[in-house]
Amino acid sequence: MNNSDTAWLLVATALVLLMTPALGFFYGGLVRKKNALNTMMMSVCALGFAGLGWALVGYSIAFGRGNAWFGDLSMAFLRGVDLRPQGTIPHLLFFAFQGTFAIITAALISGSIVERMRFGPYLAFLTLWSILVYAPVAHWVWGGGWLAKLGAIDFAGGTVVHVNAAAAALVVALTLRPRKDYARRAVLPHNVPFTLLGAGLLWFGWFGFNGGSALAANGIAALAFVNTMLAPIATLVVWILLDLSRTGRATAVGAATAIVVGLVAVTPAAGFVSPISALLLGAVAAVPSYFALLWRARTRIDDSLDVVAAHGVGGTVGALLTGVLAQKSWNGVADGLLFGNPRQLAIQAVGVLGTIAFSAAGTFAIVKLLGVFGAIRASARDEGLGLDVTQHGEEAYSRGEGAILVLPDAGSSRGLPATALLETEPGTP
Amino acid sequence: MKLVVAIVRPEKLADVLESLFRAEVRGLTLHRVQGHGGETEHVETYRGTTVKMELSDKIRLEIGVSDHFVQPTVDAILRGARTGEVGDGKIFVVPVEKVYRIRTGEEDQAAVTPIEETAPVPT
Repeated sequence: MNNSDTAWLLVATALVLLMTPALGFFYGGLVRKKNALNTMMMSVCALGFAGLGWALVGYSIAFGRGNAWFGDLSMAFLRGVDLRPQGTIPHLLFFAFQGTFAIITAALISGSIVERMRFGPYLAFLTLWSILVYAPVAHWVWGGGWLAKLGAIDFAGGTVVHVNAAAAALVVALTLRPRKDYARRAVLPHNVPFTLLGAGLLWFGWFGFNGGSALAANGIAALAFVNTMLAPIATLVVWILLDLSRTGRATAVGAATAIVVGLVAVTPAAGFVSPISALLLGAVAAVPSYFALLWRARTRIDDSLDVVAAHGVGGTVGALLTGVLAQKSWNGVADGLLFGNPRQLAIQAVGVLGTIAFSAAGTFAIVKLLGVFGAIRASARDEGLGLDVTQHGEEAYSRGEGAILVLPDAGSSRGLPATALLETEPGTP
Repeated sequence: MKLVVAIVRPEKLADVLESLFRAEVRGLTLHRVQGHGGETEHVETYRGTTVKMELSDKIRLEIGVSDHFVQPTVDAILRGARTGEVGDGKIFVVPVEKVYRIRTGEEDQAAVTPIEETAPVPT
Protein backbone atom coordinates (compact mmCIF):
# COMPACT_ATOMS: atom_id res chain seq x y z
CA MET A 1 0.00 0.00 0.00
CA ASN A 2 1.29 3.43 -0.90
CA ASN A 3 -0.16 6.55 0.71
CA SER A 4 0.64 8.98 -2.10
CA ASP A 5 -0.89 6.62 -4.68
CA THR A 6 -3.99 6.36 -2.51
CA ALA A 7 -4.20 10.15 -2.13
CA TRP A 8 -3.99 10.71 -5.90
CA LEU A 9 -6.60 8.05 -6.66
CA LEU A 10 -8.98 9.55 -4.09
CA VAL A 11 -8.77 12.87 -5.92
CA ALA A 12 -8.88 11.26 -9.37
CA THR A 13 -12.07 9.37 -8.49
CA ALA A 14 -13.79 12.63 -7.54
CA LEU A 15 -12.51 14.25 -10.75
CA VAL A 16 -13.93 11.50 -12.95
CA LEU A 17 -17.26 11.53 -11.11
CA LEU A 18 -17.56 15.25 -11.92
CA MET A 19 -17.34 14.43 -15.63
CA THR A 20 -20.85 12.96 -15.67
CA PRO A 21 -22.71 16.11 -14.54
CA ALA A 22 -20.28 18.01 -16.80
CA LEU A 23 -21.47 15.85 -19.68
CA GLY A 24 -25.01 16.83 -18.67
CA PHE A 25 -24.10 20.48 -19.22
CA PHE A 26 -22.30 19.69 -22.48
CA TYR A 27 -25.29 17.79 -23.86
CA GLY A 28 -27.94 19.96 -22.15
CA GLY A 29 -26.74 23.11 -23.88
CA LEU A 30 -26.98 21.48 -27.29
CA VAL A 31 -30.69 20.62 -27.18
CA ARG A 32 -33.79 22.77 -27.39
CA LYS A 33 -35.03 24.63 -24.30
CA LYS A 34 -38.01 22.31 -23.88
CA ASN A 35 -35.73 19.27 -23.52
CA ALA A 36 -32.92 20.79 -21.43
CA LEU A 37 -33.76 19.08 -18.14
CA ASN A 38 -34.51 15.72 -19.75
CA THR A 39 -31.14 15.72 -21.48
CA MET A 40 -29.27 16.70 -18.32
CA MET A 41 -31.20 14.13 -16.29
CA MET A 42 -30.06 11.43 -18.71
CA SER A 43 -26.51 12.06 -17.51
CA VAL A 44 -27.35 12.78 -13.88
CA CYS A 45 -29.36 9.58 -13.49
CA ALA A 46 -26.46 7.51 -14.80
CA LEU A 47 -24.75 8.45 -11.52
CA GLY A 48 -27.51 6.55 -9.75
CA PHE A 49 -28.52 3.71 -12.01
CA ALA A 50 -25.25 2.77 -13.71
CA GLY A 51 -23.49 3.37 -10.37
CA LEU A 52 -25.84 1.00 -8.54
CA GLY A 53 -25.50 -1.67 -11.24
CA TRP A 54 -21.73 -1.38 -10.93
CA ALA A 55 -21.75 -1.74 -7.15
CA LEU A 56 -24.12 -4.72 -7.13
CA VAL A 57 -22.80 -6.87 -10.00
CA GLY A 58 -21.02 -4.83 -12.69
CA TYR A 59 -17.69 -4.60 -10.87
CA SER A 60 -17.57 -8.34 -10.34
CA ILE A 61 -18.41 -9.09 -13.98
CA ALA A 62 -15.62 -6.73 -15.05
CA PHE A 63 -12.90 -7.60 -12.56
CA GLY A 64 -13.82 -11.06 -11.28
CA ARG A 65 -11.49 -13.83 -12.46
CA GLY A 66 -14.01 -15.60 -14.74
CA ASN A 67 -12.95 -16.50 -18.27
CA ALA A 68 -11.69 -14.60 -21.32
CA TRP A 69 -15.14 -13.04 -21.98
CA PHE A 70 -16.79 -12.42 -18.63
CA GLY A 71 -15.72 -12.10 -15.04
CA ASP A 72 -17.69 -13.90 -12.38
CA LEU A 73 -20.02 -13.06 -9.52
CA SER A 74 -17.44 -13.69 -6.80
CA MET A 75 -17.46 -9.99 -5.83
CA ALA A 76 -21.17 -9.37 -6.41
CA PHE A 77 -22.73 -7.14 -3.75
CA LEU A 78 -19.19 -5.95 -2.94
CA ARG A 79 -18.21 -9.24 -1.34
CA GLY A 80 -14.50 -9.10 -0.55
CA VAL A 81 -14.13 -5.52 -1.80
CA ASP A 82 -12.34 -4.19 1.26
CA LEU A 83 -9.32 -2.20 2.39
CA ARG A 84 -6.74 -4.82 1.45
CA PRO A 85 -4.39 -3.58 -1.26
CA GLN A 86 -5.13 -3.92 -4.96
CA GLY A 87 -1.78 -2.96 -6.43
CA THR A 88 -0.70 -0.10 -4.19
CA ILE A 89 -4.16 1.27 -3.33
CA PRO A 90 -7.07 -0.09 -1.26
CA HIS A 91 -9.24 -2.50 -3.27
CA LEU A 92 -12.33 -0.46 -2.30
CA LEU A 93 -10.83 2.68 -3.87
CA PHE A 94 -9.98 0.77 -7.06
CA PHE A 95 -13.63 -0.33 -7.23
CA ALA A 96 -14.87 3.27 -6.83
CA PHE A 97 -12.44 4.67 -9.40
CA GLN A 98 -13.53 2.06 -11.96
CA GLY A 99 -17.18 2.74 -11.07
CA THR A 100 -16.90 6.36 -12.21
CA PHE A 101 -15.87 5.01 -15.65
CA ALA A 102 -18.91 2.74 -15.88
CA ILE A 103 -21.14 5.70 -15.02
CA ILE A 104 -19.83 8.12 -17.63
CA THR A 105 -19.73 5.47 -20.36
CA ALA A 106 -23.42 4.75 -19.93
CA ALA A 107 -24.21 8.48 -19.82
CA LEU A 108 -22.33 9.10 -23.07
CA ILE A 109 -24.85 7.00 -25.01
CA SER A 110 -27.67 9.42 -24.17
CA GLY A 111 -26.30 11.99 -26.63
CA SER A 112 -27.63 10.06 -29.61
CA ILE A 113 -31.22 9.68 -28.36
CA VAL A 114 -32.06 13.05 -26.84
CA GLU A 115 -35.46 14.74 -27.26
CA ARG A 116 -37.41 11.54 -27.97
CA MET A 117 -36.98 8.68 -25.46
CA ARG A 118 -39.33 7.96 -22.57
CA PHE A 119 -37.48 8.28 -19.30
CA GLY A 120 -38.51 5.00 -17.64
CA PRO A 121 -37.22 2.80 -20.47
CA TYR A 122 -34.08 4.97 -20.58
CA LEU A 123 -33.34 4.20 -16.92
CA ALA A 124 -33.86 0.48 -17.54
CA PHE A 125 -31.59 0.63 -20.59
CA LEU A 126 -28.90 2.48 -18.65
CA THR A 127 -28.85 -0.10 -15.87
CA LEU A 128 -28.90 -3.17 -18.12
CA TRP A 129 -26.34 -1.75 -20.54
CA SER A 130 -23.77 -0.92 -17.88
CA ILE A 131 -24.03 -4.47 -16.48
CA LEU A 132 -24.39 -6.51 -19.68
CA VAL A 133 -22.27 -4.53 -22.15
CA TYR A 134 -19.88 -2.21 -20.33
CA ALA A 135 -18.75 -4.65 -17.64
CA PRO A 136 -17.79 -7.47 -20.07
CA VAL A 137 -15.86 -5.12 -22.38
CA ALA A 138 -14.03 -3.68 -19.36
CA HIS A 139 -13.20 -7.28 -18.43
CA TRP A 140 -11.73 -7.97 -21.88
CA VAL A 141 -9.19 -5.17 -21.57
CA TRP A 142 -8.64 -4.48 -17.86
CA GLY A 143 -9.94 -7.60 -16.13
CA GLY A 144 -7.56 -10.06 -17.78
CA GLY A 145 -9.89 -10.93 -20.68
CA TRP A 146 -9.04 -11.91 -24.25
CA LEU A 147 -7.99 -8.45 -25.45
CA ALA A 148 -5.57 -8.10 -22.55
CA LYS A 149 -4.10 -11.53 -23.38
CA LEU A 150 -3.85 -10.54 -27.06
CA GLY A 151 -1.79 -7.52 -26.02
CA ALA A 152 -4.25 -4.71 -26.84
CA ILE A 153 -3.34 -1.56 -24.98
CA ASP A 154 -5.98 0.93 -23.85
CA PHE A 155 -4.64 3.24 -21.20
CA ALA A 156 -7.83 4.83 -19.89
CA GLY A 157 -10.58 3.42 -22.07
CA GLY A 158 -10.54 4.72 -25.64
CA THR A 159 -12.09 1.44 -26.73
CA VAL A 160 -13.76 0.31 -23.51
CA VAL A 161 -15.40 3.67 -22.86
CA HIS A 162 -15.64 5.68 -26.07
CA VAL A 163 -15.86 3.22 -28.96
CA ASN A 164 -18.12 1.04 -26.81
CA ALA A 165 -20.50 3.92 -25.98
CA ALA A 166 -20.52 5.18 -29.57
CA ALA A 167 -21.42 1.78 -31.05
CA ALA A 168 -24.28 1.54 -28.57
CA ALA A 169 -25.32 5.13 -29.30
CA LEU A 170 -25.58 4.44 -33.02
CA VAL A 171 -27.66 1.31 -32.49
CA VAL A 172 -30.12 3.00 -30.11
CA ALA A 173 -30.43 6.06 -32.37
CA LEU A 174 -31.20 3.85 -35.39
CA THR A 175 -33.67 1.72 -33.42
CA LEU A 176 -35.50 4.75 -32.03
CA ARG A 177 -35.53 6.47 -35.44
CA PRO A 178 -35.04 10.23 -35.93
CA ARG A 179 -36.81 12.96 -33.99
CA LYS A 180 -39.93 14.13 -35.80
CA ASP A 181 -38.38 17.54 -36.46
CA TYR A 182 -35.01 16.11 -37.54
CA ALA A 183 -33.98 17.37 -41.00
CA ARG A 184 -37.41 18.98 -41.36
CA ARG A 185 -36.78 22.17 -39.46
CA ALA A 186 -33.96 23.94 -37.71
CA VAL A 187 -33.17 22.40 -34.33
CA LEU A 188 -30.76 24.73 -32.58
CA PRO A 189 -28.74 24.50 -29.35
CA HIS A 190 -30.52 26.50 -26.66
CA ASN A 191 -27.53 27.39 -24.50
CA VAL A 192 -24.05 27.25 -26.05
CA PRO A 193 -22.41 28.67 -22.88
CA PHE A 194 -23.60 25.50 -21.04
CA THR A 195 -21.86 23.43 -23.68
CA LEU A 196 -18.61 25.37 -23.20
CA LEU A 197 -18.95 25.03 -19.42
CA GLY A 198 -19.48 21.29 -19.84
CA ALA A 199 -16.46 20.97 -22.13
CA GLY A 200 -14.31 22.85 -19.61
CA LEU A 201 -15.43 20.67 -16.71
CA LEU A 202 -14.96 17.53 -18.81
CA TRP A 203 -11.37 18.51 -19.53
CA PHE A 204 -10.79 19.16 -15.82
CA GLY A 205 -12.28 15.81 -14.86
CA TRP A 206 -10.38 14.03 -17.62
CA PHE A 207 -7.08 14.72 -15.79
CA GLY A 208 -8.38 12.26 -13.21
CA PHE A 209 -9.67 9.90 -15.89
CA ASN A 210 -6.33 9.56 -17.68
CA GLY A 211 -3.92 10.59 -14.94
CA GLY A 212 -5.67 8.32 -12.45
CA SER A 213 -5.53 5.37 -14.83
CA ALA A 214 -1.85 5.00 -13.95
CA LEU A 215 -3.30 3.79 -10.61
CA ALA A 216 -0.34 5.46 -8.91
CA ALA A 217 1.13 8.90 -8.28
CA ASN A 218 4.20 8.34 -10.42
CA GLY A 219 5.89 9.29 -13.67
CA ILE A 220 3.37 7.45 -15.85
CA ALA A 221 0.59 9.42 -14.16
CA ALA A 222 2.45 12.63 -14.97
CA LEU A 223 2.88 11.52 -18.59
CA ALA A 224 -0.82 10.68 -18.93
CA PHE A 225 -1.79 13.92 -17.18
CA VAL A 226 0.35 16.14 -19.43
CA ASN A 227 -0.71 14.27 -22.59
CA THR A 228 -4.32 14.93 -21.51
CA MET A 229 -3.46 18.60 -21.66
CA LEU A 230 -1.49 18.51 -24.90
CA ALA A 231 -3.66 16.44 -27.23
CA PRO A 232 -6.87 18.55 -26.90
CA ILE A 233 -4.74 21.68 -27.32
CA ALA A 234 -3.67 20.44 -30.75
CA THR A 235 -7.18 19.26 -31.63
CA LEU A 236 -8.62 22.64 -30.71
CA VAL A 237 -6.14 24.49 -32.89
CA VAL A 238 -6.66 22.24 -35.92
CA TRP A 239 -10.45 22.33 -35.48
CA ILE A 240 -10.54 26.13 -35.30
CA LEU A 241 -8.31 26.35 -38.38
CA LEU A 242 -10.62 23.95 -40.25
CA ASP A 243 -13.60 26.08 -39.20
CA LEU A 244 -11.86 29.27 -40.33
CA SER A 245 -10.75 27.86 -43.66
CA ARG A 246 -14.18 26.41 -44.46
CA THR A 247 -16.51 29.19 -43.34
CA GLY A 248 -14.30 32.04 -42.17
CA ARG A 249 -15.76 31.74 -38.66
CA ALA A 250 -14.49 29.92 -35.57
CA THR A 251 -17.53 28.47 -33.79
CA ALA A 252 -18.02 27.98 -30.05
CA VAL A 253 -19.86 24.67 -30.45
CA GLY A 254 -16.96 23.60 -32.66
CA ALA A 255 -14.42 24.54 -29.99
CA ALA A 256 -16.33 22.60 -27.31
CA THR A 257 -16.55 19.59 -29.63
CA ALA A 258 -12.85 19.81 -30.49
CA ILE A 259 -11.88 19.67 -26.82
CA VAL A 260 -13.95 16.51 -26.32
CA VAL A 261 -12.59 14.89 -29.50
CA GLY A 262 -9.00 15.58 -28.41
CA LEU A 263 -9.69 14.15 -24.96
CA VAL A 264 -11.34 11.05 -26.41
CA ALA A 265 -8.48 10.45 -28.83
CA VAL A 266 -5.76 10.73 -26.20
CA THR A 267 -7.59 8.48 -23.73
CA PRO A 268 -6.22 5.14 -25.00
CA ALA A 269 -2.79 6.65 -25.63
CA ALA A 270 -2.30 8.88 -22.58
CA GLY A 271 0.25 6.83 -20.66
CA PHE A 272 1.85 5.10 -23.66
CA VAL A 273 3.03 7.89 -25.99
CA SER A 274 5.51 10.75 -25.77
CA PRO A 275 4.24 14.30 -25.23
CA ILE A 276 5.14 15.32 -28.78
CA SER A 277 3.27 12.26 -30.08
CA ALA A 278 0.27 13.37 -28.02
CA LEU A 279 0.29 16.72 -29.80
CA LEU A 280 0.49 14.95 -33.16
CA LEU A 281 -2.26 12.53 -32.17
CA GLY A 282 -4.54 15.38 -31.08
CA ALA A 283 -3.93 17.28 -34.30
CA VAL A 284 -4.56 14.27 -36.54
CA ALA A 285 -7.67 13.22 -34.60
CA ALA A 286 -9.41 16.53 -35.35
CA VAL A 287 -9.75 15.83 -39.07
CA PRO A 288 -11.81 12.61 -39.30
CA SER A 289 -14.20 13.70 -36.53
CA TYR A 290 -14.66 17.14 -38.10
CA PHE A 291 -15.70 15.68 -41.44
CA ALA A 292 -17.70 12.86 -39.85
CA LEU A 293 -19.84 15.56 -38.16
CA LEU A 294 -20.42 17.36 -41.45
CA TRP A 295 -21.30 14.13 -43.23
CA ARG A 296 -23.61 12.83 -40.49
CA ALA A 297 -25.71 16.01 -40.50
CA ARG A 298 -26.59 15.39 -44.15
CA THR A 299 -27.86 11.86 -43.50
CA ARG A 300 -31.06 10.50 -41.98
CA ILE A 301 -29.05 9.18 -39.04
CA ASP A 302 -30.26 11.22 -36.06
CA ASP A 303 -27.27 10.62 -33.78
CA SER A 304 -28.48 13.90 -32.31
CA LEU A 305 -25.39 15.12 -30.47
CA ASP A 306 -22.87 13.24 -32.62
CA VAL A 307 -21.70 10.60 -30.19
CA VAL A 308 -20.38 8.56 -33.10
CA ALA A 309 -18.40 11.38 -34.72
CA ALA A 310 -16.88 12.55 -31.42
CA HIS A 311 -16.48 9.34 -29.40
CA GLY A 312 -16.65 6.60 -32.03
CA VAL A 313 -14.43 8.17 -34.67
CA GLY A 314 -12.24 9.96 -32.10
CA GLY A 315 -11.91 6.80 -30.00
CA THR A 316 -11.07 4.63 -33.01
CA VAL A 317 -8.46 7.08 -34.28
CA GLY A 318 -6.98 7.28 -30.79
CA ALA A 319 -6.90 3.50 -30.36
CA LEU A 320 -5.23 2.99 -33.75
CA LEU A 321 -2.75 5.83 -33.25
CA THR A 322 -1.85 4.29 -29.90
CA GLY A 323 -0.74 1.28 -31.94
CA VAL A 324 1.33 3.61 -34.09
CA LEU A 325 2.84 6.01 -31.56
CA ALA A 326 3.32 3.89 -28.41
CA GLN A 327 6.90 3.98 -27.17
CA LYS A 328 8.48 1.48 -24.81
CA SER A 329 11.11 4.06 -23.87
CA TRP A 330 8.34 6.13 -22.23
CA ASN A 331 6.08 3.46 -20.79
CA GLY A 332 7.95 0.18 -20.75
CA VAL A 333 4.85 -1.63 -22.04
CA ALA A 334 4.76 -1.70 -25.84
CA ASP A 335 6.13 -0.14 -29.02
CA GLY A 336 3.88 0.94 -31.88
CA LEU A 337 4.22 0.83 -35.66
CA LEU A 338 6.54 3.86 -35.78
CA PHE A 339 8.87 2.24 -33.28
CA GLY A 340 9.22 -1.06 -35.10
CA ASN A 341 6.16 -3.02 -33.95
CA PRO A 342 3.50 -3.06 -36.70
CA ARG A 343 1.72 -5.95 -34.96
CA GLN A 344 0.51 -3.57 -32.24
CA LEU A 345 -1.57 -1.62 -34.78
CA ALA A 346 -3.28 -4.82 -35.94
CA ILE A 347 -4.03 -5.82 -32.33
CA GLN A 348 -5.53 -2.38 -31.69
CA ALA A 349 -7.78 -2.76 -34.75
CA VAL A 350 -8.97 -6.14 -33.48
CA GLY A 351 -9.81 -4.51 -30.15
CA VAL A 352 -11.87 -1.78 -31.83
CA LEU A 353 -13.74 -4.17 -34.13
CA GLY A 354 -14.43 -6.69 -31.36
CA THR A 355 -15.80 -3.93 -29.12
CA ILE A 356 -18.02 -2.48 -31.86
CA ALA A 357 -19.47 -5.91 -32.72
CA PHE A 358 -20.21 -6.92 -29.13
CA SER A 359 -21.53 -3.50 -28.10
CA ALA A 360 -23.81 -3.19 -31.14
CA ALA A 361 -25.23 -6.69 -30.70
CA GLY A 362 -25.67 -6.37 -26.93
CA THR A 363 -27.29 -2.95 -27.22
CA PHE A 364 -29.70 -4.15 -29.92
CA ALA A 365 -30.74 -7.09 -27.74
CA ILE A 366 -31.37 -4.83 -24.73
CA VAL A 367 -33.41 -2.32 -26.73
CA LYS A 368 -35.52 -5.09 -28.29
CA LEU A 369 -36.04 -6.68 -24.88
CA LEU A 370 -37.24 -3.36 -23.42
CA GLY A 371 -39.52 -2.88 -26.42
CA VAL A 372 -41.45 -5.97 -25.31
CA PHE A 373 -42.55 -4.18 -22.13
CA GLY A 374 -43.93 -1.06 -23.79
CA ALA A 375 -43.15 1.97 -25.92
CA ILE A 376 -39.58 3.21 -25.65
CA ARG A 377 -40.19 6.30 -27.67
CA ALA A 378 -42.17 9.30 -26.44
CA SER A 379 -45.45 10.03 -28.25
CA ALA A 380 -45.44 12.63 -31.03
CA ARG A 381 -47.46 14.95 -28.81
CA ASP A 382 -44.98 14.68 -25.92
CA GLU A 383 -42.13 15.23 -28.35
CA GLY A 384 -43.85 18.40 -29.56
CA LEU A 385 -44.47 19.75 -26.07
CA GLY A 386 -40.98 18.81 -24.96
CA LEU A 387 -39.83 16.07 -22.62
CA ASP A 388 -39.18 18.37 -19.64
CA VAL A 389 -42.85 19.00 -19.04
CA THR A 390 -44.12 15.61 -20.21
CA GLN A 391 -41.51 13.30 -18.63
CA HIS A 392 -40.43 15.26 -15.59
CA GLY A 393 -43.20 17.77 -14.85
CA GLU A 394 -40.65 20.56 -14.60
CA GLU A 395 -39.34 23.33 -16.81
CA ALA A 396 -35.72 24.43 -17.09
CA TYR A 397 -36.66 28.10 -17.38
CA SER A 398 -40.00 28.45 -15.64
CA ARG A 399 -41.38 31.96 -15.41
CA GLY A 400 -43.96 30.99 -12.83
CA GLU A 401 -46.67 33.03 -14.57
CA GLY A 402 -50.00 31.28 -14.42
CA ALA A 403 -48.75 28.78 -11.84
CA ILE A 404 -51.36 28.05 -9.23
CA LEU A 405 -50.30 26.41 -5.99
CA VAL A 406 -51.98 23.10 -5.35
CA LEU A 407 -52.39 22.69 -1.59
CA PRO A 408 -51.61 19.14 -0.46
CA ASP A 409 -54.40 19.04 2.18
CA ALA A 410 -57.12 20.72 0.17
CA GLY A 411 -59.50 17.85 0.86
CA SER A 412 -59.92 16.81 -2.73
CA SER A 413 -57.60 14.18 -4.12
CA ARG A 414 -56.99 16.37 -7.16
CA GLY A 415 -56.24 19.39 -5.02
CA LEU A 416 -57.93 22.77 -5.19
CA PRO A 417 -56.21 25.87 -6.45
CA ALA A 418 -55.11 28.09 -3.56
CA THR A 419 -56.78 31.12 -5.06
CA ALA A 420 -60.12 29.35 -5.18
CA LEU A 421 -59.78 28.47 -1.49
CA LEU A 422 -58.97 32.05 -0.54
CA GLU A 423 -61.95 33.39 -2.40
CA THR A 424 -64.40 31.06 -0.69
CA GLU A 425 -63.01 31.53 2.82
CA PRO A 426 -65.78 33.02 4.97
CA GLY A 427 -65.16 36.38 6.56
CA THR A 428 -62.60 37.51 4.02
CA PRO A 429 -63.12 41.23 3.51
CA MET B 1 -58.28 45.95 -44.95
CA LYS B 2 -58.33 43.53 -42.10
CA LEU B 3 -56.02 42.56 -39.28
CA VAL B 4 -55.82 38.80 -38.90
CA VAL B 5 -54.87 37.93 -35.31
CA ALA B 6 -54.10 34.29 -34.65
CA ILE B 7 -53.19 32.53 -31.42
CA VAL B 8 -51.38 29.26 -32.15
CA ARG B 9 -49.32 26.57 -30.42
CA PRO B 10 -45.57 27.34 -30.25
CA GLU B 11 -44.77 23.83 -31.51
CA LYS B 12 -46.96 24.45 -34.57
CA LEU B 13 -45.40 27.82 -35.42
CA ALA B 14 -43.01 26.40 -38.00
CA ASP B 15 -45.91 24.68 -39.76
CA VAL B 16 -47.97 27.88 -39.73
CA LEU B 17 -45.14 29.97 -41.14
CA GLU B 18 -44.52 27.39 -43.85
CA SER B 19 -48.19 27.32 -44.75
CA LEU B 20 -48.41 31.15 -44.82
CA PHE B 21 -45.34 31.25 -47.01
CA ARG B 22 -46.96 28.81 -49.44
CA ALA B 23 -50.08 31.00 -49.49
CA GLU B 24 -47.78 33.91 -50.37
CA VAL B 25 -48.68 35.84 -47.26
CA ARG B 26 -45.71 38.05 -46.46
CA GLY B 27 -45.35 40.56 -43.68
CA LEU B 28 -46.33 39.53 -40.20
CA THR B 29 -45.55 40.24 -36.57
CA LEU B 30 -45.45 37.64 -33.84
CA HIS B 31 -45.37 37.74 -30.06
CA ARG B 32 -44.76 35.03 -27.54
CA VAL B 33 -47.74 35.17 -25.21
CA GLN B 34 -49.38 33.11 -22.52
CA GLY B 35 -53.03 32.28 -22.27
CA HIS B 36 -55.74 29.84 -21.40
CA GLY B 37 -58.13 28.42 -23.92
CA GLY B 38 -59.75 25.55 -22.04
CA GLU B 39 -56.97 23.02 -22.53
CA THR B 40 -56.07 20.74 -19.64
CA GLU B 41 -53.52 22.30 -17.34
CA HIS B 42 -50.30 20.41 -16.74
CA VAL B 43 -48.92 19.87 -13.27
CA GLU B 44 -45.34 20.61 -12.27
CA THR B 45 -43.60 19.70 -9.01
CA TYR B 46 -40.57 21.38 -7.48
CA ARG B 47 -39.32 19.84 -4.23
CA GLY B 48 -42.76 18.96 -2.91
CA THR B 49 -44.41 22.13 -4.18
CA THR B 50 -46.97 21.15 -6.76
CA VAL B 51 -48.30 23.77 -9.11
CA LYS B 52 -50.87 23.68 -11.85
CA MET B 53 -49.85 25.68 -14.88
CA GLU B 54 -53.03 27.55 -15.76
CA LEU B 55 -51.43 29.44 -18.62
CA SER B 56 -49.83 27.79 -21.59
CA ASP B 57 -47.30 29.34 -23.94
CA LYS B 58 -48.81 30.46 -27.24
CA ILE B 59 -47.74 32.47 -30.24
CA ARG B 60 -49.80 35.47 -31.32
CA LEU B 61 -49.51 36.40 -34.98
CA GLU B 62 -50.67 39.70 -36.43
CA ILE B 63 -51.05 39.97 -40.18
CA GLY B 64 -52.42 43.05 -41.93
CA VAL B 65 -54.01 42.05 -45.24
CA SER B 66 -56.19 43.48 -47.98
CA ASP B 67 -59.73 42.09 -48.06
CA HIS B 68 -59.24 39.56 -50.83
CA PHE B 69 -56.30 38.10 -48.93
CA VAL B 70 -58.24 37.44 -45.71
CA GLN B 71 -59.56 34.01 -46.68
CA PRO B 72 -56.25 32.60 -48.01
CA THR B 73 -54.52 33.81 -44.86
CA VAL B 74 -57.11 32.27 -42.55
CA ASP B 75 -57.05 29.02 -44.51
CA ALA B 76 -53.28 28.85 -44.32
CA ILE B 77 -53.31 29.32 -40.55
CA LEU B 78 -56.05 26.72 -40.09
CA ARG B 79 -54.03 24.27 -42.15
CA GLY B 80 -50.77 24.88 -40.34
CA ALA B 81 -51.96 25.20 -36.75
CA ARG B 82 -54.51 22.39 -36.37
CA THR B 83 -53.75 19.29 -34.31
CA GLY B 84 -57.37 18.48 -33.44
CA GLU B 85 -56.75 18.71 -29.68
CA VAL B 86 -58.10 21.38 -27.34
CA GLY B 87 -55.64 24.27 -27.26
CA ASP B 88 -55.05 24.72 -30.98
CA GLY B 89 -55.89 28.43 -30.66
CA LYS B 90 -58.11 31.04 -32.32
CA ILE B 91 -58.16 33.34 -35.32
CA PHE B 92 -59.73 36.79 -35.06
CA VAL B 93 -60.37 38.94 -38.13
CA VAL B 94 -60.54 42.58 -37.10
CA PRO B 95 -61.46 45.60 -39.25
CA VAL B 96 -58.71 48.15 -39.69
CA GLU B 97 -59.41 51.85 -39.93
CA LYS B 98 -56.15 53.10 -41.38
CA VAL B 99 -52.77 51.66 -42.38
CA TYR B 100 -49.56 53.54 -43.12
CA ARG B 101 -46.30 52.16 -44.48
CA ILE B 102 -43.64 54.04 -42.56
CA ARG B 103 -40.93 53.87 -45.23
CA THR B 104 -42.97 55.54 -48.00
CA GLY B 105 -45.94 57.08 -46.26
CA GLU B 106 -48.25 54.97 -48.47
CA GLU B 107 -51.70 54.48 -47.03
CA ASP B 108 -54.27 51.73 -46.68
CA GLN B 109 -54.42 49.27 -49.59
CA ALA B 110 -51.01 50.30 -50.91
CA ALA B 111 -49.47 49.96 -47.48
CA VAL B 112 -50.47 46.29 -47.04
CA THR B 113 -49.62 45.26 -50.61
CA PRO B 114 -46.21 43.61 -50.92
CA ILE B 115 -43.75 45.75 -52.88
CA GLU B 116 -43.38 43.31 -55.79
CA GLU B 117 -47.10 43.67 -56.58
CA THR B 118 -46.99 46.92 -58.52
CA ALA B 119 -50.66 47.30 -59.39
CA PRO B 120 -52.81 47.53 -56.24
CA VAL B 121 -55.97 45.46 -56.42
CA PRO B 122 -59.09 47.60 -55.92
CA THR B 123 -61.05 46.85 -52.80
